[in-house]
Amino acid sequence: MASVNRRVLPGFSLSLGYTVFYLSVLVLLPIAACFAKASSLSLDAFWGAVWTARARSAYLLTFGASFVAAFSNLFLGGLIAWVLVRYKFPGKRIVDSIVDLPLALPTAVGGLVYSSLYVKRGWLGRFLVPLGIQGAYTRLGIVLVLVFVGLPFVVRTVQPVLQDFDPESEEASSTLGANRWQTFYTVILPALLPALITGFALAFARCIGEYGSVVFVSGNMPFKTEIAPILIVARLEEFAYGEATAIAVLLLTTSLVMLVLINWLERWSRRYENR
Amino acid sequence: MKTGEQIGISKHPPDGQEIVSERRAQKDPAWVQWSLTAIALVVVGVLIVVPVVNVFAEALADGVGVYWKNLFADPDTLQSITLTLSVVPIALLANVLFGVSAAWAISRFSFPGRTLLVALIDLPFAVSPVVAGLMLVLIFGLQGYLGEFLRRDGYSIMPYLISTLGAVLAIVGYFLFRPSNAHARRGLWKHPFLVLLVGGSAVFGILFFVQDYWTLWPVHKSLKIIFAFPGLVLATAFVTFPFVARELIPVMNAIGPEEELAAVSLGANGWQMFWHVTLPNVKWGLAYGVILCNARAIGEFGAVYVVSGHIAGKTDTMPLRIEKLFQEYNLPGAFALASVLTLVAVLTLFAKSKLERKAPSVVSVPEANHTGGQV
Repeated sequence: MASVNRRVLPGFSLSLGYTVFYLSVLVLLPIAACFAKASSLSLDAFWGAVWTARARSAYLLTFGASFVAAFSNLFLGGLIAWVLVRYKFPGKRIVDSIVDLPLALPTAVGGLVYSSLYVKRGWLGRFLVPLGIQGAYTRLGIVLVLVFVGLPFVVRTVQPVLQDFDPESEEASSTLGANRWQTFYTVILPALLPALITGFALAFARCIGEYGSVVFVSGNMPFKTEIAPILIVARLEEFAYGEATAIAVLLLTTSLVMLVLINWLERWSRRYENR
Repeated sequence: MKTGEQIGISKHPPDGQEIVSERRAQKDPAWVQWSLTAIALVVVGVLIVVPVVNVFAEALADGVGVYWKNLFADPDTLQSITLTLSVVPIALLANVLFGVSAAWAISRFSFPGRTLLVALIDLPFAVSPVVAGLMLVLIFGLQGYLGEFLRRDGYSIMPYLISTLGAVLAIVGYFLFRPSNAHARRGLWKHPFLVLLVGGSAVFGILFFVQDYWTLWPVHKSLKIIFAFPGLVLATAFVTFPFVARELIPVMNAIGPEEELAAVSLGANGWQMFWHVTLPNVKWGLAYGVILCNARAIGEFGAVYVVSGHIAGKTDTMPLRIEKLFQEYNLPGAFALASVLTLVAVLTLFAKSKLERKAPSVVSVPEANHTGGQV
């Protein structure tokens, strides 16, 4: 059908041409420039920029905090999705909409408010700081804000799968004598697993690149609370474009790998659908 | 190629309308239900509701008068609002144009590399905003690949750019209004290549001459991109690039080409077909994409941060202004501005759920998936 259209419907070359042009100018060219600049560095210079002690601790923090945040989201998001699909409670529709708020709220606002909530005089900090829990300007603060940023991803990937989940398999499991926990663990959870993993990967990928919110809550101290994107900006402000690019290429490659992985995961989780 | 049917068709019923199953096997004990619901509500409350309420509480802590003063008495803050209001529409318009044309090409025609194209549209989501900004600096910045070219002495690129833009618009217009039926084409409509060549260069020449002769406004300006307005637009457009296209492609796939084929066979030209058939069909999907794109564009921080240069009162958008106020320990000011952005976000959610209820089949693609794959 689609190949016949080309002779009948107008605008094939126009729309495709414009699409490819815009994509190349706005996206592909800059990415190519980034790699070109990095490849103009000598191997030693590249390595020297990418593998300094300060950079290493920034990577460790970026990936560590993102992993912890995404892992927490796995449980929190899974729970919220479960409650939203399975239970009835007043205000459910509102809760369902505000789960998306972290996607709509500017990251700067998220960072600003998280930095003020967990300080000593803040709304939550006044209870937590006396307990010794410092949720602002620490690594914990970074994790907290990343949990906020990544929450919708897990909820929104698990929710539809749970909604489409076939009730008969649960009934079968229950008639065969499984209790509710066994049913959940052996029947429901395996079916949700691909969606959970995809949600985890999406949240993780988003957290790695996150800048706007972290810059507010972290305090940005090298070796302590400095994440990789902040390090890039620091290098840029020293006009060390080469070093900044080297770190950026590393980050870029990681996120490209993540993108491919997520695509593959989604295809893998749907592998039985079209048969 | 799975984009179409699989994404387009609603995977779950619209909010609130789903039937909570009454089957006994799916029922959890009451105490489990209650405690899980309570935990979930606490999580949502602590992570999302408390921060939002806190923004408004902090902003209004010293009364409405101070709030008002914080927002509108500071010229730099005021300027950041104007700047955001002028950057976002341009980036949005560019991405809508791209989204419509990409959706048209991808959903209506088959061509080699289509799957790759769909995958490439997602690319900006995978790029950290800071890296996106850096890439623009590498191209257009002072030491960038095009930096020297753009600011060469005595050479200004603006007339050429504007003339090229005019010529391209003229050519696009020609193709849009050309009768779709080959038999109906008469006169100039019959010779596209001649028109392209002569018309395009004529438009280019005339525009160039007009600008040069009367020395209209941009003629003697060299084009400054980084640390200036165009850079902000480019960065914003990059980051929000996929939203509209990702929303429209599944919608147009689900609707199918039949009505457009009918319109064309009845003699409509491209513009008529688009305006009277395609656009009314996809308007809700388009609105949905625009809303999401808009929210992200307004709030964009990382990419804009890198390209803006933070010239107070000149290149600070609203999120950047918040950061600056925060650095200056002017928290009431920062929260006042933040409350405006929060209000926009809440309105966005409201409009989004309204749209999801209005046209569930069109827009109920789970949003999180937009940020990754589904190719």
